[in-house]
Amino acid sequence: MNRAARRPLLPTLPRCLLVLGALAALSLPARAGDVSAQAEEVWRKSFSTASPEEWAARLAQDEVNALCSKHRNNPPPEVAARIIELSQAGLALPEDGKLMGDWKEGEKLASIGTGGHIGRIQPDRPGTRQGGNCYACHAIAKKEIAAGNLGPSLTNYAKVRGTSPEAVRYVYAKIYNAQAFVACSSMPRFGHNRWLTPKEIADAVAFLLDPESPVNK
Amino acid sequence: MPTIHRRLAAVAAGACVMLALSAAGQDKAMEEIQRYRQMLQEGNPAELMEMNGEALWTTPRGPRGATLERCDLGLGAGKLEGAYAQLPRFFADTGKMQDAESRLVTCMTALQGLSVEEATKNWHRPGSDIEALVTFVATKSKGVKIDVPARHPREAETFAVGEELFFRRSGPLDFSCATCHGQDDKRIRLQELPNLTTAQGAQASMVQWPAYRVSQSAVWTMERRLIDCMRQMRFPDADYLSDAVIALQVYMQSKASGATLEAPGIKR
Repeated sequence: MNRAARRPLLPTLPRCLLVLGALAALSLPARAGDVSAQAEEVWRKSFSTASPEEWAARLAQDEVNALCSKHRNNPPPEVAARIIELSQAGLALPEDGKLMGDWKEGEKLASIGTGGHIGRIQPDRPGTRQGGNCYACHAIAKKEIAAGNLGPSLTNYAKVRGTSPEAVRYVYAKIYNAQAFVACSSMPRFGHNRWLTPKEIADAVAFLLDPESPVNK
Repeated sequence: MPTIHRRLAAVAAGACVMLALSAAGQDKAMEEIQRYRQMLQEGNPAELMEMNGEALWTTPRGPRGATLERCDLGLGAGKLEGAYAQLPRFFADTGKMQDAESRLVTCMTALQGLSVEEATKNWHRPGSDIEALVTFVATKSKGVKIDVPARHPREAETFAVGEELFFRRSGPLDFSCATCHGQDDKRIRLQELPNLTTAQGAQASMVQWPAYRVSQSAVWTMERRLIDCMRQMRFPDADYLSDAVIALQVYMQSKASGATLEAPGIKR
């Protein structure tokens, strides 16, 4: 074999790899970014009867939800720091400065799992109370045995946390936006999302921290 | 029919057991619920729905006066045994990813000449045609292993979309499917939650669907179940037969592959 005949063999290899690479790219599932965009498109088209307001409030994502979804609720440290920073910045304490309300009202709130259901199939009746539904996920007062376990037990919470002004402030802020402390926490951002009013959050704080509350008895 | 009476008696007895639940402790309560489920298993009211479904399958209906006996659910025209266990899948004739429900609608429109509105009438109410047909079709896969490998490129793509949506958080409570169904051994109140991100969890759950739901006195299809999950997450109604609902099913059925279908099951 002479050199001229052998020469074309050399550029063939990279060319071949290029073609193989292109084929692989076509046949492989789309890259992460593409899947995410595709999923958004599917999501958007699957709620054709949602109003623009419902879309904005319930189906669109804010930055925190988008980040937690992307990282499957397990964000790398720099993303977690960003989420906590954003959430801390959005914390709002009640205007009247009252962080501890009525524990009896808080106790009621903890058992109410209704409210906020929309749509045509099975919406809530008008005027349905929107509760905190704390018992869905947390053990709280010992007497309530039908408590969920998605969140930690809060039984004897005041004995664990104390009732210092710092503890009260922390509990209020935690209910307001749990992600101000734990990035991508499963807990709803009750205050941030305006699900509970400042007064209701204060009542929930009292249910957890008031020495007279059954939580601490 | 004496069998129906027996079933009703079993349901009534079960309801009494539920009422008799005392505050004797969480484990005790869970035990009673388990016992109640077992009692119902001996006479599943879904069998009535299955018979209705069979009648709908074999009776000429619609402007074309055709039956559904030539309906292709993925294994060929009229081949019912094991078909449900391999759904959702990609169908070349429609160019779509379809689950049992969307495929049945395709058959009702193409073979019988019904409109989509007619085919899906009252889909979310007990006693609908689609509820009966899905129950009948799924029962023909009872004892068959779920097999949704998602190998076809469109199926693989839909699986990836379904996984993405499973973890997608939004709404006034910041929920995604994974909030409740992403960890082992979790409960809402006393209701146990399957971890649908693992094969074990998905298998235990998916083999039961479609299921007779005691609280609803109806058989719920997987679409019905998923759209109600989204309602509980405080989302607006997802469209029936929509791509999001089908993609989530591909994700879950694929995870559940290898488990033997027990449909129709019994659920709370």
